[in-house]
Amino acid sequence: MQLYRAHVLVCGGTGCVSSGSKKIEQALTDELAKQNIDKEVKIVETGCHGFCEMGPIVIVYPEGTFYCRVAVEDIPEIVSEHLVKGRIVQRLLFKAPVTEEQVPSYKEIAFYKKQQRVALRNCGHIDPEDIKEYIARDGYEALAKVLTGMTPNEVIEDMKKAGLRGRGGGGFSTGLKWEFASKSPGPKKYIICNADEGDPGAFMDRSVLEGDPHSVLEGMLIAAFAIGADEGYLYVRAEYPLAIKRLKVAIAQAEEMGLLGENIMGSGFSCRLHIKEGAGAFVCGEETALMASIEGSRGMPNPRPPFPAVKGLWEKPSNINNVETFANVPVIYLHGADKYASVGTEKSKGTKVFALTGKLRNTGLAEVPMGITLREIIFDIGGGIMDDKKFKAVQIGGPSGGCIPEQHLDTPVDYDSLTALGAMMGSGGLVVMDETSCMVDVAKFFLNFTQKESCGKCIPCREGTKRMLEILEKICDGNGVPEDITTLEQLGKVIKNTALCALGQSAPNPILSTLRYFRDEFEAHIYQKKCPAGVCTAMLEYKIVAENCKGCGACARVCPVGAITGEKKEAHTLDTSKCIKCGSCIEKCKFNAIVKG
Amino acid sequence: MIKSAEDLRRLREEAKALTNIRAGQGVEIIVGMGTCGIAAGAREVMSAVLDELAKRDMTDVRVTQTGCIGMCEKEVLIDVVRPGETRITYGRVKPQDISRIINSHVINGQIVEDLVVAKLD
Amino acid sequence: MADINLTINGQKVTVPEGITVLEAAKQIGIDIPTFCYEKGLTAPGACRICVVEIKGWRNLPPSCITTVAQGMEVETESPAVVEARKTILELLVANHPLDCLSCEKSGNCKLQDYSYRYGVASQTRFEGEKHEFGIDDSNPYIYRDLNKCILCGKCVATCRAVSDRNVLDFAYRGFNTKIATFMDTDLKDSTCVYCNRCVAICPVGAIVDKTMMGKGRGWELEKKEVTCTFCDSGCKFDVNYKDGKFMGVTAKSPDQGRPLCLKGRLGIELIYNPDKSELPLINKDGEFVETSWEEALGIAPIIEKLTAQKK
Repeated sequence: MQLYRAHVLVCGGTGCVSSGSKKIEQALTDELAKQNIDKEVKIVETGCHGFCEMGPIVIVYPEGTFYCRVAVEDIPEIVSEHLVKGRIVQRLLFKAPVTEEQVPSYKEIAFYKKQQRVALRNCGHIDPEDIKEYIARDGYEALAKVLTGMTPNEVIEDMKKAGLRGRGGGGFSTGLKWEFASKSPGPKKYIICNADEGDPGAFMDRSVLEGDPHSVLEGMLIAAFAIGADEGYLYVRAEYPLAIKRLKVAIAQAEEMGLLGENIMGSGFSCRLHIKEGAGAFVCGEETALMASIEGSRGMPNPRPPFPAVKGLWEKPSNINNVETFANVPVIYLHGADKYASVGTEKSKGTKVFALTGKLRNTGLAEVPMGITLREIIFDIGGGIMDDKKFKAVQIGGPSGGCIPEQHLDTPVDYDSLTALGAMMGSGGLVVMDETSCMVDVAKFFLNFTQKESCGKCIPCREGTKRMLEILEKICDGNGVPEDITTLEQLGKVIKNTALCALGQSAPNPILSTLRYFRDEFEAHIYQKKCPAGVCTAMLEYKIVAENCKGCGACARVCPVGAITGEKKEAHTLDTSKCIKCGSCIEKCKFNAIVKG
Repeated sequence: MIKSAEDLRRLREEAKALTNIRAGQGVEIIVGMGTCGIAAGAREVMSAVLDELAKRDMTDVRVTQTGCIGMCEKEVLIDVVRPGETRITYGRVKPQDISRIINSHVINGQIVEDLVVAKLD
Repeated sequence: MADINLTINGQKVTVPEGITVLEAAKQIGIDIPTFCYEKGLTAPGACRICVVEIKGWRNLPPSCITTVAQGMEVETESPAVVEARKTILELLVANHPLDCLSCEKSGNCKLQDYSYRYGVASQTRFEGEKHEFGIDDSNPYIYRDLNKCILCGKCVATCRAVSDRNVLDFAYRGFNTKIATFMDTDLKDSTCVYCNRCVAICPVGAIVDKTMMGKGRGWELEKKEVTCTFCDSGCKFDVNYKDGKFMGVTAKSPDQGRPLCLKGRLGIELIYNPDKSELPLINKDGEFVETSWEEALGIAPIIEKLTAQKK
């Protein structure tokens, strides 16, 4: 067996690949050979570390040194300094945002400090294409325990005790879901993994599939055993090619090892798993639409009941959980349901992965215990607002979620508290907005998404979201009338009450929650014809502040429509009738002499 | 092919050897790899350490390297750190000493006194 | 089967287990509006016009797919229900051509009926984009104006009910969703056989029988049901009369297992149309003109020879 004195982990998640990690891996391979230590140092391509903002990420073990934003040019230095001489390359270490201090170790970085990684336990630490690395970290041990020592009922009871709730959005009790499917009679049942992650900005499921595919397979097998299924599907969106590739590798390796297929570990339990690639419809993340799509029909939701547990895929009892839920499953059986349930709040157990995006210093994936406050997530893990701007709102739960303002930041995060605030846990998308975001515009953005992705089956969603969007567009264009707010609220209520599926029922959330907390912004648009954040261009006017203008002419040169005129070294003037509000002049002006408002 | 839970556990022990290095536990051997160390033959000592560990199937030992610590004339220097014990620095180490250091100190906790140049708490 | 006791609009009612709230309401003479529901064919729960209020339920469930349960308290015209229905109708009306003056379906249109029932005027709160689909006038039998379509999906269901047809399905997403043939072609270029079962089931004026256009309003026509005897399927057709005058034959709502077909419909027309010519028609310079049987069958020369022989 070949032993290595050092392991260099190069992140191969999609985020880091797009910032160039493939080239780095190649450079590293070449450099190790050149310096003749390729027999002593092993390169491991891992899945996502979550801190994509800082990619490409390279971690050197045994020290656990965390290098970020590594470039190909840095490789010779890392090899000759660190790997040969043992001297850490200081300039590539992560710099703490406020103190500017360099942080050598992974675990010391504020972004990771408050995190508790359960679903992401292996992401970034193992080679996802090598089943042995998963097994080395107790992989498939939970399955072994379940298959050799537990009855399906005990498995379900443990899941109920652990209190895991669906991580895909609904937040339904996983144990109960399994129980329903298990009690449904019939010799043929299906286990389905929903990997049709589609919320804008959310990528935790992709990271798990790319970084730790076996944990999902193991979770599915345990669930299959619990409900009595012998076949399963992973419905993965086709826009995740790397995830699909790694899943295929994982399935092939597990089959070869005898951990998937006939008579798993000699227990008599058999289960086969297939991959079904989705064709890019957001609504296929809804379980009934997802099953329709697997069957080859148009992905449109069907009313429940009948629930999938009774009549699911091909009318057989089926159980659907999402990727993150399945990734949590092995941990529960490995360390016990009580241990799992010891983390979190009374009704929401365990941890949740959030995808941090927006105006934050540190963006990426963060897995935190339930009950942590939004303030901790945003200001401690996320490092606060970029450019020292003022926090305005955080949008949680994807397009079906809602916006939460400053005054609620200290609320402990769990399924129920977020719903009470008019948002929802959803899949865990977390978009932070600062004072430069217009809340009407934000609501419009999310509604535009749900509107385009509506399947068109039920009238409230298909026609209603279109009209809501039109009203928002009207308000943003400065043509809003006072009745618009009442219409939005009334229409929102009807859609919520009557739409067929969860996508439609939650489509008005972004509007209703912004109306709840930021009504003054809507009113400013409608009554004063002003956009307080300066986003809605129709209501803006560009002006030159004469005392600041030095007459350099930079603005006049860049203006595409010739709206700015003036003599050299004298204050210029701007013709608002010609101005198209493109903002080029503001960007060019060095003296803050052009303002919009 | 895994045919039972025991098979899985056996395979795990084997596989752990491959990734132990990332766990950050166990004994650490630090080889001085400054210019002085390399000039005195640190590369060969490093290879000897790795060979010896592989021969003995010792997967829980971490091998790291460090730069010059100022005792250049005593190179090659290697440190052995056993968790909770004094850090021992050996000097003028030759590849042929490695087997002895690993056998008596790393495995059995008996310091190889004749090679010691420093003891640190 | 066990009996279920429930209350609908304050009225106590006992119904058999397993039926829907819609059916239960119907038993005591309460009419709940429906667009997408067709008894025995489809109940996709899509249009949401049949929503009702059930005490203790979170949302307003559609009555066509909600089965009755013991002790249920249902309100079919509560303020919340009426508000929802009105809003749904307003949304449909806002995206509808509203040419009721000349629409074939006027007087027989569910959208019109329900808008009247719930007081929804043609001027709604919503002014915005309307569909601008092209009209499919590509064939002699079906006139398709998808701008009037409310996407209830009944045409898709009925078309699919005959195994080798399956011509229609939903296409596109969101506001752009429409009913389309394969590759979204006109009917002429699809596998459609013009059985008109979709025409018979369409609740609005989106798919109409082209041969009946302009021949009379729904309430002017007197219908006589006939059973087709061309094959053993026994499909039903309507023979339409206006003021006692024959107007045409139309497909009647298809029952389970009844294929309906163009041959049957045209054949029945041949039987019931009093104006039908006793002579065959032949295409001469693009015009069909009456001709003799001899010419039509191409046996004129033979008859000529036979006549000559006789002589």
